[in-house]
Amino acid sequence: MAALVLETRDDIGAALRMRLAGFVRSLRDSGFKVGLAETNDALALLRSHLSSRPHELKGAFRALFCGRRSDWQAFDEIFDAYWFAKGLKGAIKSVGDSPKKGVKTIRELTDASVQTTDGPAGDVERTAGEEEDEDSEAETDAKREGASIADNLGQTDFRKIHDPEAMERAHQLAERLAHSMRVRLTRRDRQKRKGPRLDLRRTIRHSISHGGTPIELIRKGPRERQLRLVVLLDASGSMNNYTGVFTRFVHGILDNFREAEAFLFHTRLVHVSSALSERDAARALDRMGLMAQGVGGGTKIGEAIAEFNRWHAARVIHSRTCVMILSDGYDTGDPQQLGAEMAALRRRCKRIVWLNPLIGWQGYEPTAGGMSAALPHVDLFAPAHNLDSLAALEPYLAKL
Amino acid sequence: MTTTKQQLATALAETGYVADEGLATALVLTEMLKRPLLLEGEAGVGKTEVAKALAKLENTDLIRLQCYEGLDRSDAIYEWNYQRQLLAIKAHEGSGETANAIEEAVFSEKYLLERPLLAAIRQDKAPVLLIDEIDRADEEFEAFLLEILSDYQVSIPELGTVEARSIPRVVLTSNGTRELSDALRRRCLYHYVDYPAPDREARILLSRVEGLDAKLALQIAELMGNLRKEDLAKVPGVAETIDWASALIGLGGRNNLHDQRELVFETLACVLKTREDQARVTKDVTDRLLGKVA
Repeated sequence: MAALVLETRDDIGAALRMRLAGFVRSLRDSGFKVGLAETNDALALLRSHLSSRPHELKGAFRALFCGRRSDWQAFDEIFDAYWFAKGLKGAIKSVGDSPKKGVKTIRELTDASVQTTDGPAGDVERTAGEEEDEDSEAETDAKREGASIADNLGQTDFRKIHDPEAMERAHQLAERLAHSMRVRLTRRDRQKRKGPRLDLRRTIRHSISHGGTPIELIRKGPRERQLRLVVLLDASGSMNNYTGVFTRFVHGILDNFREAEAFLFHTRLVHVSSALSERDAARALDRMGLMAQGVGGGTKIGEAIAEFNRWHAARVIHSRTCVMILSDGYDTGDPQQLGAEMAALRRRCKRIVWLNPLIGWQGYEPTAGGMSAALPHVDLFAPAHNLDSLAALEPYLAKL
Repeated sequence: MTTTKQQLATALAETGYVADEGLATALVLTEMLKRPLLLEGEAGVGKTEVAKALAKLENTDLIRLQCYEGLDRSDAIYEWNYQRQLLAIKAHEGSGETANAIEEAVFSEKYLLERPLLAAIRQDKAPVLLIDEIDRADEEFEAFLLEILSDYQVSIPELGTVEARSIPRVVLTSNGTRELSDALRRRCLYHYVDYPAPDREARILLSRVEGLDAKLALQIAELMGNLRKEDLAKVPGVAETIDWASALIGLGGRNNLHDQRELVFETLACVLKTREDQARVTKDVTDRLLGKVA
């Protein structure tokens, strides 16, 4: 693409132009959003007086090519690596690189749960004992898109799905579920349009045909703001059985809600929205896997939430935000810290929903240290061990 | 014709704004490439001041659009003056003019209220257009802002297209409360405004606070630099430093921070703005911070 522009310029050397094209390409590989117009402007810079001093050129290129703080921080290294061939190995990270060996990635976790077909295939039948409390949702189920296929799968605990095909179907359903949630929530918004104030501009426009008498009154009101969802997904070892499905669910949410952010935590917190905004689920998981290396270890929920409060909360949370935590609550950190951080988070957002796959287990009580510390600050504590329980969230979210 | 960044930095310093090298480069580029400049950074690092200094430097008007949630075309670009239009319609009623003629008259320049964006492109001398806290406006607003920033024209259905008389120099600021679209980021030059290094902060203090001694300014700046490294809920910005320096001077502080530990501790309320932070920075912490200052 860059080469196209370059052909039309004759006043700087061909070699330099190719070098610039290469530079732009390595920036793009590192995730910079650089377009044709920027390349053109960079050429203009090369032709200007700035080009005589590489140091000034670097500052100029930085202002031109960077678009966000992360770009800003990465730029120097990439620039030096490319133009001065310093520290070349570490600097240029390609987005599509394969993850390092030895570290489990999300993708592998997902695949692993698909491939380990040790259990009898076709083990997708309902599991007795999981059904009773699901009755109340039967009604909403019938209307939901894809519900008929979901009949069987919907009530099966994710742990008990071993068949790869069934797993794939569960993943697809999770994603579709997220989509239908979004469609319903928007429709609901559109119907509430009786504004409290007069729209004078439109009223006058319409009054002209009546000789200036405003017969038709046109009203306006504050636009309904959509709910913003912030998802904190626990990817620690104890969640292994669920991570795959939840990741797909979160991918679906990010794809379909206009305002959503996703974070993943185990011992650290990782912002994964940009990876999950990839349309193709497999690629999204790949990218997320790269960003969240080392998943499947222990959990420090308190620290993760503290980090979230400190660095991300101001940016991603506004008054109509619902924070959804997907975790089993098994915490190796300090329960007191978790309690304090949950209280801080509670003050910021509208609702905290904690989805815990363990609630679906018979005889589960939230007595684990971390869980009981967090519970007082949670608005909704709900099961998330099968698709139906995820679907049951929708009416709750619609009310916000 | 093109100014170098050194010339620009010197000229800016004369207006009272102490720019670092990167910012001066970015400002030179806005002129060269005719692109808007997007400034990001924590609250209180002097993003808005850049636009003010630039306007002073160019000796031109500063037109400011403060963004907020729900900002729309009628607040940002133009609006019709409805009250006058209604009066005009009534006044024309008896005159026997046709409805069309009345409409012509009512939707004319006379009844148009300029808002900042329209005003900015209709100046004879290119102004500095400051679009403050763009992250507070909605995404839809960002979209039509982009349109204006690329074409520098506004179409008003009743009047036609208004072409720009001069291309304003555009400065956008963002606190990062919302992620901005890639399209907007690409369109703009970008500069991340960080907290200033101690010597630059000292120079800022000297240009802003009267009666301040150079040594004291440097001490204050160093102390602030260390304070920002503490684990604070709300990290104090440059504005806070200036307040604090003024407070020290106003309360008759002497020229060495070490001689007046009490006063330093008491006036720290100028920079610490939450209960947690005030509790965290105790007397001991203050003494420790002071110990690191030369």
